[in-house]
Amino acid sequence: LSTLVLAEHEGGLIKNSSLSAVEAAKSLGGDNSISLLLAGSGHSLKEAAEHAASSHPSVSQVLIADSYKFTYPLAEPWAKLVHLVQQSGGYSHIIAASGSFGKNILPRAAALLDISPITDVTKISGSNLFISADCIIRFVSPVPVPIYAGNALSTVRYTGSSPCMLSIRATSFPVASETADLKSNAASIDQVDLSTLDEDESVAKSTYVKLSAQISERPDLGNARIVVSGGRGVKSAENFKMIDKLAEKIGAAVGATRAAVDAGFVPNDLQVGQTGKIVAPELYMAFGVSGAIQHIAGMRDSKVIVAVNKDADAPIFQGAIIPQRPYIPQENTLRPNILVADYGLVGDLFDVIPELLEKLPEKK
Amino acid sequence: MKIMVAIKRVVDYAVKIRVKPDKSGVETKNVKMSMNPFCEIALEEALRVRESGLASEVVAVSIGPVQFAETLRTGLAMGADRAIHVEAPENIYPLTIAKILKALVDVEKPGLLFLGKQAIDNDQNQTGQMVAGLLKWPQGTFASKVVLDKEKQVATVDREVDGGIETLCLDLPAVITTDLRLNQPRYATLPNIMKAKSKPIKKFTLQDLSVEIKSDLEVVEVTEPPKRKSGVILSSVDELIDKLKNEARVI
Repeated sequence: LSTLVLAEHEGGLIKNSSLSAVEAAKSLGGDNSISLLLAGSGHSLKEAAEHAASSHPSVSQVLIADSYKFTYPLAEPWAKLVHLVQQSGGYSHIIAASGSFGKNILPRAAALLDISPITDVTKISGSNLFISADCIIRFVSPVPVPIYAGNALSTVRYTGSSPCMLSIRATSFPVASETADLKSNAASIDQVDLSTLDEDESVAKSTYVKLSAQISERPDLGNARIVVSGGRGVKSAENFKMIDKLAEKIGAAVGATRAAVDAGFVPNDLQVGQTGKIVAPELYMAFGVSGAIQHIAGMRDSKVIVAVNKDADAPIFQGAIIPQRPYIPQENTLRPNILVADYGLVGDLFDVIPELLEKLPEKK
Repeated sequence: MKIMVAIKRVVDYAVKIRVKPDKSGVETKNVKMSMNPFCEIALEEALRVRESGLASEVVAVSIGPVQFAETLRTGLAMGADRAIHVEAPENIYPLTIAKILKALVDVEKPGLLFLGKQAIDNDQNQTGQMVAGLLKWPQGTFASKVVLDKEKQVATVDREVDGGIETLCLDLPAVITTDLRLNQPRYATLPNIMKAKSKPIKKFTLQDLSVEIKSDLEVVEVTEPPKRKSGVILSSVDELIDKLKNEARVI
């Protein structure tokens, strides 16, 4: 086995999601030599390559494509680059994390190589059997639907020729913290010959204009240990600052539902859901989130889910055991639907958040 | 300029899906089928470009069994000028679809190809990128805003990416895949539904386009995802904090 991992870097560092792709490559098993492919230009690429070389003990080689054409991660030169590197390296597998970078580039590269890739792999058992988060997702329904189906999982076997190309869900392949001294056995760094890159006429046909990014000092949504998220129930951008404040206090990232993004409370890159970000933190706290299936699909792998909502019938509470308490005149019931929240609080988020702010311990 | 829009027929977004007991897939018999919501957005965008005078014709294309013509009819009722139906089996993989679309582009020579960023049935998110690669056209995926400049023959595309909104400038012809926030698709009005009945749907076979179906993937089984254990409803913030500290040990 030999695997090429398409890696993203930022500020001289390999992104965590790309290291998850290395983990996925490792789980292909057996004798697998893993090469990381980085592209960029100048000093930031050099820095990232050095970081990459000692970023993971399983990486045996770092390939770098250094050209002004790679200053920004455009799909056209990147796809051709993957094509070139595969032609000279003959890898058995090519893997990228399925963020917006991987989703943009991997299928284009696959088409150049005449390969059918597999999207959003969540589990690897053997070198040609994959579980992909497959099938139906749904959008916010006009009426609350009490019975919800989750997604389906599709197990797929790749029967085509090499390379087998995969995009992996980063949250399903957490990076193990390694104790080995990586500095002493760093991987080799080699340049990719780019002399034939321009053979693909599309390379010059797209230009980067700008990135409008939200600068935030909080942890990255995709990797945060705790995520605090708000839905339609937060009601306004102004109110969303309460969510921010709570996140700040406990060192969490902020997320949102599609409804909250569409209503303009927060920018789109905070959207958690099947068409937004997929997260799997240790703790996911949802405020004013009804639990649309589309949102659940993006956070259902969180270890502990807390939901605070005024509506006791919100889908996010489905399946929760409601104990007999004076204020809820119901018997213990186990509703046989998808089970989302581990801990539910039926109450007004505008009362609950201030109380949490007062009583929760500061971040460690 | 002509705009081509690719359309897929999928299980309606409001339908509760069921995994078949034999684990061979998801039940699609006697289930309401509709145009993939992202494809509706793609078609809407093409119609708006035509209405703004920057394009002369919108051609809707779909690839699948005979029923896919119904979905094309919906596209015609929304406002597409004509349609192309490539008869093919269901469930063919994105690479084959991309090859078919490339063959159609070679016939029709559009200046823009719009697709939804993904179909909500298998969420693969591949076809647009693949057809762009095969055509050697630039691609603007996950578009939330599209501005065309007819004189310079470029499209400026805002893309929803992990870090925010990325803006790219693409030489035409180009492939653009549409995200949720690009527009609100219109409904087909009754007069337009009537009018659509007389609009042409041209049929092609895979042989006409010399595309072979290639399948390198075998679905072993389709299952329901594992269920979470059931949770509890708590009575107070104090109880919640206690549970998080002492039971879940996450804070």
